[in-house]
Amino acid sequence: MDHSSPFVAKPDHQEALGFPGELVDNWQEKAIEKMGELLTKYRSLKVFLDSCVKCGACTDKCHYFQGTSDPKNMPVARQDLLRNVYRRYFTLAGKYFPKLVGAQDLTEDVLDDWYKYFHQCSQCRRCSVFCPYGIDTAEISMAAREILDHVGKGQKYCNEIIGKVHKVGNNLGLPEPALVDTLEGLEEDVEEETGHVVRFPVDVQGADVLLITPSADFFAEPHIDGLIGYAKVFHQAGISWTLSSYASEAGNFGMFIGSYEQMQKISWRIRKIAMELGVKRIVVGECGHAWRVAYSFWNTLIGPFDFLDQNYPVPQHICEVTLDLIDKGAIKLDKEANDDKVITYHDSCNVSRGTRMGNMEGGQFIVPRRVIKSAVNHFVEMNPETTFDKTYCCGGGGGLLTDDLLELRVKGALPRMEALKTVIEDQKVTHMAAICAICKSQFSKVMPYYDIPMDSIISVHQLVGDALIMGNNDS
Amino acid sequence: MGFLTFLFTLLLYVSVVIFIGGLGYRIATYAKTPAPLKIPTMPAPLTQGGVRIRMLKEVVLFHSLFRSNKIIWLFGWLFHLGLFVVLFRHLRYATEPVWEIVAVMQPIGVYMGFAMLAGLLGLWARRIFVERIRYITNPSDHLMLGLIVLIAVTGLMMKYVSHTDIVQVKAFALGILYFDWQPLPTDFFFMLHLLLVAALMIVFPFSKLLHAPGVFFSPTRNQVDDSREKRHIAPWAAELDDKRQ
Repeated sequence: MDHSSPFVAKPDHQEALGFPGELVDNWQEKAIEKMGELLTKYRSLKVFLDSCVKCGACTDKCHYFQGTSDPKNMPVARQDLLRNVYRRYFTLAGKYFPKLVGAQDLTEDVLDDWYKYFHQCSQCRRCSVFCPYGIDTAEISMAAREILDHVGKGQKYCNEIIGKVHKVGNNLGLPEPALVDTLEGLEEDVEEETGHVVRFPVDVQGADVLLITPSADFFAEPHIDGLIGYAKVFHQAGISWTLSSYASEAGNFGMFIGSYEQMQKISWRIRKIAMELGVKRIVVGECGHAWRVAYSFWNTLIGPFDFLDQNYPVPQHICEVTLDLIDKGAIKLDKEANDDKVITYHDSCNVSRGTRMGNMEGGQFIVPRRVIKSAVNHFVEMNPETTFDKTYCCGGGGGLLTDDLLELRVKGALPRMEALKTVIEDQKVTHMAAICAICKSQFSKVMPYYDIPMDSIISVHQLVGDALIMGNNDS
Repeated sequence: MGFLTFLFTLLLYVSVVIFIGGLGYRIATYAKTPAPLKIPTMPAPLTQGGVRIRMLKEVVLFHSLFRSNKIIWLFGWLFHLGLFVVLFRHLRYATEPVWEIVAVMQPIGVYMGFAMLAGLLGLWARRIFVERIRYITNPSDHLMLGLIVLIAVTGLMMKYVSHTDIVQVKAFALGILYFDWQPLPTDFFFMLHLLLVAALMIVFPFSKLLHAPGVFFSPTRNQVDDSREKRHIAPWAAELDDKRQ
C-alpha cells in the first residue's frame, strides 16, 4: 500500500482554514515546533508517545493491516512514525542514542510516510481497546494531521469539505434551495407511498426538536430512507421538529484533522441555530463520527446547553428518541413489514468506542439493537470478535471516504466483509443495518468488490420507517 | 571505607536520586498536561468508583491485554507478578525486625523469581520469533530485556549457586537506608546484581519503563463517561471558550 496516498489539499482549501497554502520552506522547524506545542496541550499524546513497550498486542488488530499486510499499518508501527521523531527531538535517549531507541530525524521521507500512513488510519480506536495502556492511535494520527496542516501539507478531501461546511452549511455543498427542493420531493414520495402527509420541515421557528443529521441523508440511498424513517417517527409521535439549512450537517471533519478550533467552530453553528430557532431539544441523526463529537465533545466545545429542555439528554441520538417512544407506546411497529429481510447490525466504530446511548454503560450497543429488534422479526449477530467494542471500521472512516483511496478502502473493509459473508451464507442474512453515513456510503461502494449487492446496507431507521404503523394523528 | 564500598554506596544514592527525581518530573509533566476532551475508550464507567475498578483491573490483571493476546498476557503477567513478589521479598533486607508478612512470603518469593524469568524469556522469544513483533523491536528493547533477565539470573545465582552472606548484605542495605555506611559484601554476583539494578533505576525515567506511571494517566482508561452531564474545559481551551461565536 506504499503508493496509496490521498490528494494533497490545494492552496485555497488550506488557506480558507488558516493553514499555509503549500509546504512551507522551514517545514521541518515548524513541524517540530507544532509537535512541541501539542505535547503541552494533549496529555494523551504525551503519555501515549512515552508509554508504549512494543508488546505487540495491537499489531494484528487494525483492519488496514489485515487488509493490506503492510507492516506500517500495524498500530504501533503507525504510532512509531511519529514516536521516532518525538524521541529524536524531545527525549534524552533519542538525542544521544538515536539508533538504540529507533529515533529518527524528520526527513522528507518521514514526512511523506506521515502523510501516507496517518491517512491510512481511520481513527476507529480498535487498537486502543486492546492496548494494555489504552494507547489510542486515533489521538496520534489526529496530532500528525494537525502538524501536517500547519506545515502546509493538508489532505484535500477533509479540508475541502470543511470549507464547504463553513460556506454552504454542509459537507456535500448542497445549497438551501436544493435542500428545500429535495425535502419537498420526499414529502410527495412518502404521501404517494403511505397516503399520509409526513412533513420534512426546514428552518421552522419555535419547533421543539432541531434535527442535526449528516447531509448524505438528503442525498442518496440508503441514507435517505433513514431520513424518511426519522420523519415518520416524529410525525407519528406528534413531535414538532425542524432541520436547519444553515446547519444542515452533523458530520464534523474538524475531528479528523485533529483541530480543536475547527471542531469547535463547526459545532458552534449548531448552538447558534438552536438558539435562533428557539428549539427545546437537539437530536442527532445516524452518523457515527458526528455522534462522537456530539456526545463526547459538544458540551465541552459549545456548552452549556442550559437554554434547552433539561428533561432530555443533550444531545440526544435519534435511536434514543425512537426507543423511548417505542417503550412509552407512543409509536407502534409492525415487525412483519420487514419479514422479507434477515438483518444483522454493524456497530459503527465511533459510536461503539467513542460514545454512549441511554443511561447504562454499553447503551450504544443495546439501544440500536433494541430499536432494530422492535422493527424486525429476523435478527442475527455477526462473529462476536467483530462486534460491540471489538467492531471493525467500515474501512472509510476518519476522512478516508474518498475515491483517491479506493483501493485502501476496499482492503480495509475486509474483516467486516468476511464476517458479513459468513452470516449471509450460514444464516441467510439479507441486509446489514448501520447508523453511520460513512459506513453506509463506504459499504455501498465496496460491497460489490466482495460479491455482496450494494443495496445490502441499510439505515436502521429505514427498518423503523417501514415497520411504523401510521395513522390516527394525521394533520 | 574501602574503595568498592564507597563506589557502590555512591552509585546507589545517585541512581536512586535519578530514579525518583526523573520519575517525579515525568509524573508532574503528565499531571500538568491537560486532557482537553473526554476520550475514554467506551464503554467506560459512569462513575469515579467505576473508573477505579477499571484501572485496578488494568493494573493488577492486565485486562485489556488479556482480551488482546493470551500469550503476551501470560508472559507479561507472569513477569510482572514475579517482579512484584520478588521486590516485596527484598523488603527483608530493609526492615528490622522483618515484617511478618515479608517473612511468610520468603519461600514463595523464590519461586516467583523463576516465574519472572520464565515470563521474561517468553516475551523475549516472541520478540525474536514473531515477525510482527520483530518488526517493531528496537535494540533498546532487547537491551532492556537483557538487563532485567540478568538481574533475575544474578539474584537466583546467589540463592542456588554461590551464596552471599545475607547478614552482611542486610547490614550494607540498612547502612545505605540510615546513612550509616557499612562494608560492601564483595561477592561477584552480589556486586553485579547491584550494578544492574542501579543501571535499571537510572534508565527507568528515560525509557519505555515509563509505561508504569503512564498507565495511570492514560485518558482512554482513567476518564469517567459523563460528557453529556459535565463540561470538561482545559485551561488553554477556556481561552477559546471566551472567544466563541
